[in-house]
Amino acid sequence: MSSLAPALGQVAVLVAALALAVPFLGRYLAHVYTSPRHLAVERASYRLVRVDPDADQHWRTYAMSVLGFSLAGVLVLYGFGRLQSHLPLSLGFPGLPADGAWNTAVSFVTNTDWQWYSGEAATGHLFQMSGLTVQNFVSAGVGMAVAAALARGLARSLQDGRVGNFWSDLVRTVVRVLLPISLVAAVLLVALGVVQNLLEPQVVHTLAGGVQHVTGGPVASQEAIKELGTNGGGFYNANSAHPFENPSPLTDVFEIFLLLVIPFAMAWAFGIMVGDRRQGGAVLAVMVTLWGAGVALLTWAEMAAPGTAPGLAGGAMEGKETRFGEAASALFAASTTGTSTGAVNSMHDSLTAPGGGVALFNMMLGEVAPGGVGSGLYGLLMLAVVTVFLAGLMVGRTPEYLGKKIGQREVTLVACYVLTTPVLVLVGGAIGLTASDGLAGLLNTGPHGLSEGLYAVTSASNNNGSAFAGITSSTPFWNTLLGLCMLFGRFLPMVFVLALAGLFAGRQKLPPSAGTLPTHRPLFVVLLTGVALVVVGLTYVPVLVLGPIVESLS
Amino acid sequence: MNTHHPAPVRRPLGSQLLEALPAALRKLDPRELAGSPVMLVVEVGSVATTIMAVVDPSTLAIGVALWLWLTVLFGTLAEAVAEGRGKAQAASLRALQQETTARRVRGSSDQLKYTGNLATLQVDRVPSTSLRAGDVVVVEAGERIPGDGDVIEGVASVDESAVTGESAPVIRESGGDRSAVTGGTVVLSDRIAVRITSEPGQSFVDRMIALVEGSERQRTPNEIALNILLTALTAIFVVVVGTLYYLADYSGTNPSWVVLTALLVCLIPTTIGALLSAIGIAGMDRLVRRNVLAMSGRAVEAAGDVDVLLLDKTGTITYGNRRATELLALTGVTGVEIARAALLSSLADETPEGRSIVTLVKGGLETAASQPPPPPEEGSLVAFSATTRMSGIDLPDRVIRKGAASAVAQWAHSTGVPAAETAGGELTVLVDGVSASGGTPLVVAERVGERPARILGVIHLKDVVKPGMRERFDEMRAMGIRTVMITGDNAITARAIAEEAGVDDFLAEATPEDKMALIRKEQGGGRMVAMCGDGTNDAPALAQADVGVAMNTGTMAAKEAGNMVDLDSDPTKLIDIVEIGKQLLITRGALTTFSIANDIAKYFAILPAMFVVAFPELDVLNVMHLSSPESAILSAVVFNALVIVALIPLSLRGVRYTPSSAADLLRRNLLIYGVGGLVTPFVGIKLLDLVISLIPGV
Repeated sequence: MSSLAPALGQVAVLVAALALAVPFLGRYLAHVYTSPRHLAVERASYRLVRVDPDADQHWRTYAMSVLGFSLAGVLVLYGFGRLQSHLPLSLGFPGLPADGAWNTAVSFVTNTDWQWYSGEAATGHLFQMSGLTVQNFVSAGVGMAVAAALARGLARSLQDGRVGNFWSDLVRTVVRVLLPISLVAAVLLVALGVVQNLLEPQVVHTLAGGVQHVTGGPVASQEAIKELGTNGGGFYNANSAHPFENPSPLTDVFEIFLLLVIPFAMAWAFGIMVGDRRQGGAVLAVMVTLWGAGVALLTWAEMAAPGTAPGLAGGAMEGKETRFGEAASALFAASTTGTSTGAVNSMHDSLTAPGGGVALFNMMLGEVAPGGVGSGLYGLLMLAVVTVFLAGLMVGRTPEYLGKKIGQREVTLVACYVLTTPVLVLVGGAIGLTASDGLAGLLNTGPHGLSEGLYAVTSASNNNGSAFAGITSSTPFWNTLLGLCMLFGRFLPMVFVLALAGLFAGRQKLPPSAGTLPTHRPLFVVLLTGVALVVVGLTYVPVLVLGPIVESLS
Repeated sequence: MNTHHPAPVRRPLGSQLLEALPAALRKLDPRELAGSPVMLVVEVGSVATTIMAVVDPSTLAIGVALWLWLTVLFGTLAEAVAEGRGKAQAASLRALQQETTARRVRGSSDQLKYTGNLATLQVDRVPSTSLRAGDVVVVEAGERIPGDGDVIEGVASVDESAVTGESAPVIRESGGDRSAVTGGTVVLSDRIAVRITSEPGQSFVDRMIALVEGSERQRTPNEIALNILLTALTAIFVVVVGTLYYLADYSGTNPSWVVLTALLVCLIPTTIGALLSAIGIAGMDRLVRRNVLAMSGRAVEAAGDVDVLLLDKTGTITYGNRRATELLALTGVTGVEIARAALLSSLADETPEGRSIVTLVKGGLETAASQPPPPPEEGSLVAFSATTRMSGIDLPDRVIRKGAASAVAQWAHSTGVPAAETAGGELTVLVDGVSASGGTPLVVAERVGERPARILGVIHLKDVVKPGMRERFDEMRAMGIRTVMITGDNAITARAIAEEAGVDDFLAEATPEDKMALIRKEQGGGRMVAMCGDGTNDAPALAQADVGVAMNTGTMAAKEAGNMVDLDSDPTKLIDIVEIGKQLLITRGALTTFSIANDIAKYFAILPAMFVVAFPELDVLNVMHLSSPESAILSAVVFNALVIVALIPLSLRGVRYTPSSAADLLRRNLLIYGVGGLVTPFVGIKLLDLVISLIPGV
């Protein structure tokens, strides 16, 4: 369907917009996380919850704050979900079942936004706005705060494990970054035709004589933060494929821009925070390389469309919106899986087999291309530490990253981090595809069924939240399993990251010399990209062989 | 007893392997493997596949079981070979420890204020093993020194060849920086009293034995960190392979556990896991071969990290003696005139400076086709003294003086030369020129009969920098190491020599406190400092430095303070030590990279083989066109085992290290071990498959 020229055109527009926005936003983010001053509204909120925003927290305190805050979020959301029918603006929907409420609560607090339900058919406006939308902001804020803490740990020297203040990082992220940008973005989205109201579902009499309930709602406002905070939980089940969420190619590119801009800008901010922009540039370059490769491969897979049926149709259009075409769908799919967003503008189950494989691999990378807000940066920095360790040995020195020696404890933490997600994905996948309750939820069998199940656990464990479709996950089994994957997939790595941040903060920052491995050169960018691909590749190739690879070859 | 200096002739690896086999078999004990989770997993896999092969025999199962056992064995073999190389040295060192009878002086050393004839001291005859720190013993010519200690009385020549490999005897005397003696060495002449400084079983030779045998080897920080990473990789692959069984089950295919175990062993980093400890032992061994004893592996690794190298000027950078390099004649004085005067005044001068003048002048005169004057017979030598600051010769017809400019000028005045002739003018220009270049000017003057003296010119004496130092410092700079020259000279002289030698910085008129302050300052900035020293006053700095190399000729205090001892007492060795430290880390990193890169080819061999029955389309992934699934799996397992044996020599020798910048090193090693590790197994597995496919039943 879509030809090459517009496909390249939209990428060009996107890249140009990002190139303009990222350095600017990066500088701003760095300022947000380093400025000693508080805004009046921030002060008020600190007084309200009785915290001292100037206390420099030890990493343990920081981590406890993250966990405590998130636990409270889970409890509130669970309560909201269960008691929905007793709350206003419920649109008459009943309370969620226990396993469903658990899954949804965890899903939104972990920035995954996996949805087992259809948004418009299960949740009212209050739950969507005060429950889910609030978490869309704060769960993104938590991710960015943790990344800021790691950057701070690397920038500091001999600070005895102190990595900053979680409350101040969180509040500033929401007040100074997420709220203003999503406000502007929401207004723009409304201007471009996205729905925004608080009305009851409108009853429409169709030409055929049927009656349709059209659910409107605060769509644009949620859409903005859904993308900006790499959340991905759609107001509607169809997510960004729904015309009320994403009416035109223009909103489509704008939404992709929103979901990419902060992850990329975080890398730039990182460079500024550690006092060496080139380091941020190198991290950014790796993100761009991985994202670019994902986009190129997915676009190729969808447009070149191996297989006879798509060939006859002129492209793999099944499950895609005609107003976007394959190229825009591929760009969206690569971006949403590369970031931990999980919003979709096409059904990933209908991607071609290699295309689906790319989307899957993108998530398996651990969300670093460019990853979720905050989590992309810290994920890539963890891989950078692994790379530095291997490469550093090869230059004959105790490896160091940004002047921090990588010793036994650092390697232990990074090893734990790297281990967490594969264990969740593979063990979760094995359980899901072996247990009869798990198998019951799968639509397909054989390699495609494997892809469906694998996609679900991968998406949950990596906090992506996009669904392959074709899997009925609204069962207690899948809700519980995926809820656990999301919970551990989010917070175990965060604890390891914060512990590493604390360790780095306590270490002396060593001056670089000609003998130090430079971590800003193209060679390191290539090496880090390679390590990301090889480590992930070696871990997942066997399952990928049984799923998408067999499918692609048949 | 020249055991390890120079390096003994290498026996072929084959015979070394054979010799190490019994030790390697003993190391198969799982308790021995507990330190290496990678190899422990392989051993568990070997046991499991053996049971499977017994229960359900097939060519594949038996083949896999056999080769998994060989994989573990090759790993322990590597370690045993590395350890075996130190065994011979340990044996010769043990011979030093044979019990001797020591003559212990009665009373404690504190009470010993004796300065008379040592033979009159009252002694008890006790076995050497009963000596404790603080005891004083008397040792005579022909006797073995019963323990480590410091000479507190007397002078003796000592044969230390058993320890250092150096056959020329050395002088050991009380006081000063040459007082330390090592137990087991032999006194060749005279008689000394030695205060024992080590407790039984903790002597220098004991530590040497432990070091060369590797028995006391403690794993170094980087090795531990790498081991953790390898363990994590192993854990990931255990999960990958374990879950693969269930995921494959879903896909309607059931790979056998034999095949899954084979896949697991191929994927976990066995190459580096098997060779890791051998690399560490061999690294220490390389140091021992260069006659350096590291008291801990940590120090060797720290040497690779060194940022700043403090080097003493004298003996390290320069030869230590000033030499005449040039004769500068004043106007009106011929070259031959000054040469003759310089030569005459130095012929009988036995100081190194005097001899260097003779060497310089004789060379010059011969090329000038003029005969050097015969040695004066009736002249009388005037030796240098601190008061006159001149030396020279009084001949029947003339008097020649050479010395410091002011001293010679004063002498000239006394003979009637007007002050205006010596102050200012050409002479001052020459003298200042030599001083400014870091040299020492020696003014030569001559007085014939009773006439006023005549100043002839200036001899340029300078500290001569050893050849090749500039190149070595350039290498250091490329490696990111800053060199700082430590000298007692004044700043002008120091600067000139520093520039000539090409060091980055210098510390002039340095006292031990200055040295210490410099080390602290560098360490405060996060830099790692290496230095070498020999004197007791160096001890605090040696202890403070991250790498402190004590000279074997030095005091016990210095040896105790440092974390390495150079038996050759060669300060330039510090540079070698740094290179060995780096090489150790590079070898580990390179083999890890190689090991991980290998996995890609193994996937291409094993995965299609595992699933091709269920999914025939996967045959496309069989890019090596291996003949059958069984052959493919076996080839991968055999390759995995053989690559360990193939890399044993490299792990013992260490990856070649050429000093260059980090970026260049990385590029080079990545190309060899990364890309090489990617390609090699494709070729290796294919070749093995060609052979293995001939076996019936595969």
